Amino acid sequence: MNDLFNSFMSGPNEQGRFGDFGGRFVSETLMPLILALEAEYEKAKTDDTFWAEMDDLWKHYVGRPSPLYFASRMTEELGGAKIYLKRDELNHTGAHKINNVLGQIILARRMGKTRIIAETGAGQHGVATATVCAKFGLKCVVYMGAHDVERQQPNVFRMRLLGAEVVPVTSGRGTLKDAMNDAMRDWVTNVRDTFYCIGTAAGPHPYPAMVRDFQSIIGKEVRWQLPEQEGEGRLPDTLVAAIGGGSNAIGLFHPFLDDPSVNIIGVEAGGKGVNAKMEHCASLTGGRPGVLHGNRTYLLQDDDGQILEGFSISAGLDYPGIGPEHAWLHDTGRAKYVSITDKEALEAFQFSCRTEGIIPALEPSHALAHVMKLAPTLPSDHILVMNMCGRGDKDIYTVAKHLGQDMGESEGRSID
Amino acid sequence: MSRIDAKFAALKAEGKKAFVAYVMAGDPDEIRSLGIVKALPAAGVDIIELGLPFTDPMADGQTIQLAGQRALEAGMTLQGTLDLAAKFREEDDTTPIVLMGYYNPIYSRGVDRFLADAKAAGIDGLIVVDLPPEEDDELCIPAQAAGLNFIRLATPTTDDARLPKVLTNTSGFVYYVSITGITGAAEASGADVAPEVARIKAHTDLPVIVGFGVKTPQKAEEIAGIADGTVVGSAIVSEIAKGKSVAEVAAFVKALADGAHRA
Repeated sequence: MNDLFNSFMSGPNEQGRFGDFGGRFVSETLMPLILALEAEYEKAKTDDTFWAEMDDLWKHYVGRPSPLYFASRMTEELGGAKIYLKRDELNHTGAHKINNVLGQIILARRMGKTRIIAETGAGQHGVATATVCAKFGLKCVVYMGAHDVERQQPNVFRMRLLGAEVVPVTSGRGTLKDAMNDAMRDWVTNVRDTFYCIGTAAGPHPYPAMVRDFQSIIGKEVRWQLPEQEGEGRLPDTLVAAIGGGSNAIGLFHPFLDDPSVNIIGVEAGGKGVNAKMEHCASLTGGRPGVLHGNRTYLLQDDDGQILEGFSISAGLDYPGIGPEHAWLHDTGRAKYVSITDKEALEAFQFSCRTEGIIPALEPSHALAHVMKLAPTLPSDHILVMNMCGRGDKDIYTVAKHLGQDMGESEGRSID
Repeated sequence: MSRIDAKFAALKAEGKKAFVAYVMAGDPDEIRSLGIVKALPAAGVDIIELGLPFTDPMADGQTIQLAGQRALEAGMTLQGTLDLAAKFREEDDTTPIVLMGYYNPIYSRGVDRFLADAKAAGIDGLIVVDLPPEEDDELCIPAQAAGLNFIRLATPTTDDARLPKVLTNTSGFVYYVSITGITGAAEASGADVAPEVARIKAHTDLPVIVGFGVKTPQKAEEIAGIADGTVVGSAIVSEIAKGKSVAEVAAFVKALADGAHRA
């Protein structure tokens, strides 16, 4: 593939495109701000003081580097490839989300913005944003679908404890995409003092590239951590990560895109199954290209171009689109994308608890479910690295309900 | 000369400002929506902005969002919207229709096919909120080539350095968004708008129409007076939402149009 392209790592181009995907499909009110953000980010990218501040916070506040852990009992039970877990669930706030939030908030401070807004599916990006805003004393407003506010009371309470205002979104159908719509409406209204901290590698340029760059710390660590355990120069043979918008996945994948020996697999949420009923969130396997939330990418939509709601047990994967770089990696064939059903993810969730003593979030449980299918087909010298991108404390109510146990709590969907 | 250019030339000859009315296609349903659109010219509307319903109208306030939902629930589609325009066009060959909406339904149909169908339906111009000049190759350039005006939004955040970029490839008129915000939210202020209109006019000979935050005949008169005309959307859509009859909606629109025409 490298003879077709000089590099898979050089995107996006100046128009914010990865091939035909990405771009800047926003209203004129936001356009000047997006250009200012791009300029600020371009400056920060090559500014050592910016990265020094990030490294310091990653180390002392987030707890990076996260371990790369050889899952010996999983490996043994599955009887094939050697399975390593990248333990991003051990980060402060319990997921990879904070990697990106830190970067964006430091940028916001450099731009003199005093008010931070964010969207959240059911809480994880919201909690990470509220956390970093508390740390820096910034005003924080989080938009969250009214339905998710209802069933995610613990996360709503966490955000409020951290000083954030949580705004229940009743427009549309009150889901993550509607929360993103309302965040954009707030941004358009308060454009002069407000910074929009997007939670995934999607949205108008430069967000997909910027979020990817912040999350790439995951893959960069794997590049030096694996040789410590497997010998000088050893690359993973296969990478697996779950995809909603795709920020944890692109963070793991990106540093390996130009290593042709590395197989790259993204796992979408198949919900009840990728079929005509659209009860899933698999934008790549069940959608087609369209334009929403500032970028062209694969979307779940009807024949008339109206956007459809996704469906997944995991609210964190419950989004009708996907980051534009994934859309491009899919079309070029550099990465492969598969889907996993709710049922398979629940089985993987329990498998992780039982074999490794790790309670995973439902999002990486999707990745693990694919690992469970794949590993037994591979030889024992094949190294498979999976991103354990979030911890599952938040999901125990959902899982209990599906296992037929009533914990007397709200439905408790998982977080994004 | 496009219908839009002809309309502005006629208004200029009469010494009148333009009154532009926005309604959502298919709100509350196809039949009543067509009735309302047909009644607009007699109520004094110079240009019709016809909303193309979309599930995710990111620049619109609640009033327009709900109108879009009502229309979609009643079965409105892009084809239905074009059919509605075509039916209006059977009886009125002079009132310009500007289709206003978001890109995805258009992209989904295919730009070339959409432009041919829109032209055939008698659509005169397009306002596509999520297509800034940076994305002109998508629809703006092909639309102009197909003989449709592409009307751009200029906003309070569009500074002098950027204004020429926004005005290049704009035709028909320039739509100045009077506030930083969504439709139907804050009220426009004449004192804020006047210098902005002057600033835009220093860069273009196109008519400048001001919208967002105009809700009353008095405000329509004030804003039209400092520009080449004004747009009212949410206030009209709110009347439709209340279940008013075509005649009642038309009377409400006439008061607004009279206000603008007094300017």
